[in-house]
Amino acid sequence: MKKLGSMLLAGPYIIWMVLFTIIPLCLILYNAFTNTDGNFTLDNITAITDYVNAKPLFLSLSMSLVVTLTCFLLSFPLALVLSKYSKNKNSIIVMVFILPMWMNFMLRTLAWRLILLNNGFLNKGLGILGFDPVYLMNTKAAVILGTAYDYFPFMLLPIYNALVKIDKDVINAAKDLGATSFVILKRIMLPLSLPGIISGITMVFVPSMSEFVIADMLGGNKVYLIGNVIEQAFNSGYADVHLGSGLSLSLMVLIIISMVIYKLFDKGEGGHGIW
Amino acid sequence: MANKLIELKGITKSFGDKTILDEMDLFMNENRFLTLLGPSGCGKTTTLRIIGGFEMPDSGKVLFEGRDITNTPPNGRPFNTVFQKYALFTHMNIEENIAFGLKIKNKPKSYIKDKVKYALKLVNLDGFEKRMPDSLSGGQQQRIAIARAIVNEPRVLLLDEPLGALDLKLRQDMQYELIRLKNELGITFIYVTHDQEEALTMSDTIVVMNKGYIQQIGTPEDIYNEPQNAFVADFIGDSNIINGIMLEDKLVEILGTKFQCVDEGFGNNTPVDVVVRPEDIVLTKPGKGIIDGRVVSAIFKGVHYEMEVKACGFEWLVHSTVLVEPGTEAGMWIDPFNIQIMNKPESEDEEIFIEE
Repeated sequence: MKKLGSMLLAGPYIIWMVLFTIIPLCLILYNAFTNTDGNFTLDNITAITDYVNAKPLFLSLSMSLVVTLTCFLLSFPLALVLSKYSKNKNSIIVMVFILPMWMNFMLRTLAWRLILLNNGFLNKGLGILGFDPVYLMNTKAAVILGTAYDYFPFMLLPIYNALVKIDKDVINAAKDLGATSFVILKRIMLPLSLPGIISGITMVFVPSMSEFVIADMLGGNKVYLIGNVIEQAFNSGYADVHLGSGLSLSLMVLIIISMVIYKLFDKGEGGHGIW
Repeated sequence: MANKLIELKGITKSFGDKTILDEMDLFMNENRFLTLLGPSGCGKTTTLRIIGGFEMPDSGKVLFEGRDITNTPPNGRPFNTVFQKYALFTHMNIEENIAFGLKIKNKPKSYIKDKVKYALKLVNLDGFEKRMPDSLSGGQQQRIAIARAIVNEPRVLLLDEPLGALDLKLRQDMQYELIRLKNELGITFIYVTHDQEEALTMSDTIVVMNKGYIQQIGTPEDIYNEPQNAFVADFIGDSNIINGIMLEDKLVEILGTKFQCVDEGFGNNTPVDVVVRPEDIVLTKPGKGIIDGRVVSAIFKGVHYEMEVKACGFEWLVHSTVLVEPGTEAGMWIDPFNIQIMNKPESEDEEIFIEE
């Protein structure tokens, strides 16, 4: 009886999940394997290998990798520094880095537009300083910049959390045994913060794989990602729900496969990744 | 006296506006088991960390064999440290943990392998090479931490409350283990603890500290039998600490009664602290002792009964294997040799034992 009672508490969310996750997933699954006549077909699944779809997929993949790498290279050194501060001080400092997350990401991306536009703040600034303008708007660089900016906190937080958990005496012990700062970083800090790094990579890489709004806003139609292809399939004038579902499913499976491969590489480290 | 191995000269250390150590002088000899003993916040761990090189003193010097090592980083000192919570590298197996220091020193593989095997044998954990630290009990992890330190053949092993996280039985076993280890290795151990029993069991020399000051340095017997002030007497074991007046040599007045004692040189009519260990009070028939009192309470403690006897307005703590029922009148007799006279503390800093 008691069990049933506590199950009831989860009821509202279960209803929510069924309505907005399970049923839509089933619909995608159904649509992916059928054509407009309702007959079974694999065309929508294999569509991912068509050149028109494969090209944006690879672009998405490569750009996500660059975004993830950028976030990591920015986060890890910063997290190292932040983790050295005392607990009271650092909660405020960390908040500063998390602050952008409190604002809707569309607004943030819009702000980037204003900065990067050909006559935007960046080029005005450069002009005042006497430099030539840079035309970043509607380039891959702009999309990478915007995406990395948006997802940066998702990389920083888990790495930071993993680093603060490392006992100071473990570092002292390594020092005591003769380790230099570089050896401590390589042999102690990196391996011990690996679960955090994995979480961070997962939380940045996976959503940026299906990113399309930032590509729309900062890439114009010059940067065409798999997310844009799927969006078009659902939303454009000649919408094809079946093709869109098929591509979505392919992307989903691809991400799952890549995470599984990633996990295999990471065997033995516990892998506390969130996905 | 043997050569001074480590010497601390005028060490002062503060954190913020809190002074942890004040002008501390201390030296340690070769091949000794020295324990820094005191309540939390007395500066014992800070002293150890300064010796290890993990903290810098604000002023003062650390000398090793007469050489100034105050500014030498931890890895430049021939010491290794065993930390309170083991501080093992949880992502490495036992072999990798123990070999860590040797690998950094680029020792040959075969040498490392032999050393790891030897160290594991020394701490009674042969065959644990491939285990992960998480799969070991607290006691085993602490042994690994010790093994990891001693493979580097330090001249001095620093131990920061290494048994603090272990349960009583294990702690007692490890105490004997540490004494054996010290004798086998023939190096100096500097041990930090707040546990007086631990200190008495293992040490050659005990340094009792409180509030950044050294209260007494001596052998366990000295510290227990001849405490130099009320703090030491109270911190080490149970004791009755009573105000007294030294009337003349070998005669002290306690609570209005004159007691024979063996101490001399305090002058006449000097206020003193008097310490009597509870096991040194002998209960007799009423009138047969020096003073009479009434037993207030009695608790069975295993080896002895712990009784409180009210006499002359003071509740005396008495340990005896013979029970005297509460409510009974009893006499108390104390051998003059067992009455310990101490000077009253001169400064505020020394008199802290009440705060505990």
